[in-house]
Amino acid sequence: MRHMIDPLDFSTEEISALLDVADDIQRRPDCYAHLCAGKKLATLFYEPSTRTRLSFEAAMLNLGGSVLGFSSADSSSAAKGESIADTIRVISCYADICAIRHPKEGAPLVASQFSAIPVINAGDGGHQHPTQTLTDLLTIRSLKGSLGGLTIGLCGDLKFGRTVHSLIKSLARYPDMHFVLISPSELRTPDYIVREVLQANGIDYLEAERLEDVIAKLDILYMTRVQRERFFNEEDYVRLKDSYILDEAKLRLAKEDMAVLHPLPRVNEIAVEVDKDPRAAYFKQVQYGVYVRMALILNLLGLEAQAC
Amino acid sequence: MLNIDSLERGVVIDHIRAGHSMEIYRYLELDRLDCCVAIIKNARSNQYGRKDIIKIEGDIDIDLDVLGFIDPNITVNVIDGGKILEKKSLQLPQQVRNVVKCKNPRCVTSVEPGIEQVFRLCDSEKRIYRCIYCEQEYKR
Repeated sequence: MRHMIDPLDFSTEEISALLDVADDIQRRPDCYAHLCAGKKLATLFYEPSTRTRLSFEAAMLNLGGSVLGFSSADSSSAAKGESIADTIRVISCYADICAIRHPKEGAPLVASQFSAIPVINAGDGGHQHPTQTLTDLLTIRSLKGSLGGLTIGLCGDLKFGRTVHSLIKSLARYPDMHFVLISPSELRTPDYIVREVLQANGIDYLEAERLEDVIAKLDILYMTRVQRERFFNEEDYVRLKDSYILDEAKLRLAKEDMAVLHPLPRVNEIAVEVDKDPRAAYFKQVQYGVYVRMALILNLLGLEAQAC
Repeated sequence: MLNIDSLERGVVIDHIRAGHSMEIYRYLELDRLDCCVAIIKNARSNQYGRKDIIKIEGDIDIDLDVLGFIDPNITVNVIDGGKILEKKSLQLPQQVRNVVKCKNPRCVTSVEPGIEQVFRLCDSEKRIYRCIYCEQEYKR
């Protein structure tokens, strides 16, 4: 039985096959509409996340399956002190597959060690968010035609942003990738990512402090939110949150076919005026997120589309 | 010069960095042994200037992975009949299990009861180990 705990759990070939299924779902949704009939997805969300939870639920419902679960630790037995190991053993008796979000880093890995059903990591603290990474990969491949030979700029909170770390590790496996890491010095990419992922693999990268200095080079601009909950100090949050805002003026410096991605929700790091620019791809990205979660659920349940 | 009886049969853990013998004593749980254990601190060493040595009498099975994790430069000599029977070389283990604990307060190991503490080797040149759950580096 397989799980999806870390985006690197799947080889690039397996990722490619998964994205192919997501593409096919997009083309022929009716062929997938009943594949999960009689199957149940449990969404175990120990911290609130409307967006990711609804994306998983929409994915399972699109496949003809059902969903059950909880959306905060207060409404689960965790409030009574139940361990993750015990919870997942119980949930394994109720559902066929589960998606777990937990504030503690590594909680989904613990769940997978005790689970009788496939476990999907739906976000574990500041650590990993593999289905967001799969969403990003599908979006990039759909918009650019492939996952190699691209210059990607990652902008904003590169220190605490789990989506950024997962995306760098995943894209670093593809040929001829160039990374431009744009952040204030306080929120730079952690040394270990730079050292163990980029430098160790001889991957070209550049660190920059100003978006307007480097935006012209980029094929993809991945914006991130400066998350309030990652700061211990409110003053630091207020000082840094407006540092990197994408607006029309900056976008005028970019390539005509650059794509702007964002894991959402945004606060103000992308001005609303950018939404109508054809390069804004962050709402398409949400739709791709549903397709790729559908493909992942099918993969982990060992289901395939039949001729239709 | 301090004299410690030479071993007839046992294990000598040599070339321990000076001052680190008690750390190894704890990691290997030598306090649980009934046999004779000698800890020699700050012995003269041609190679390091000063070193620590641990001598353990009798048949024991040393966890070489733990020693390799602590310091791969340590040497382990198995003694029998008063002579060195075998010199065991140490390597950095790919994984260490239940030897050290993750110090990241955001790691699941800080709240989940009964799970194993596992660290994986990520950079053998710099001897960097990371928690398999949260990927935080173990700081020695």
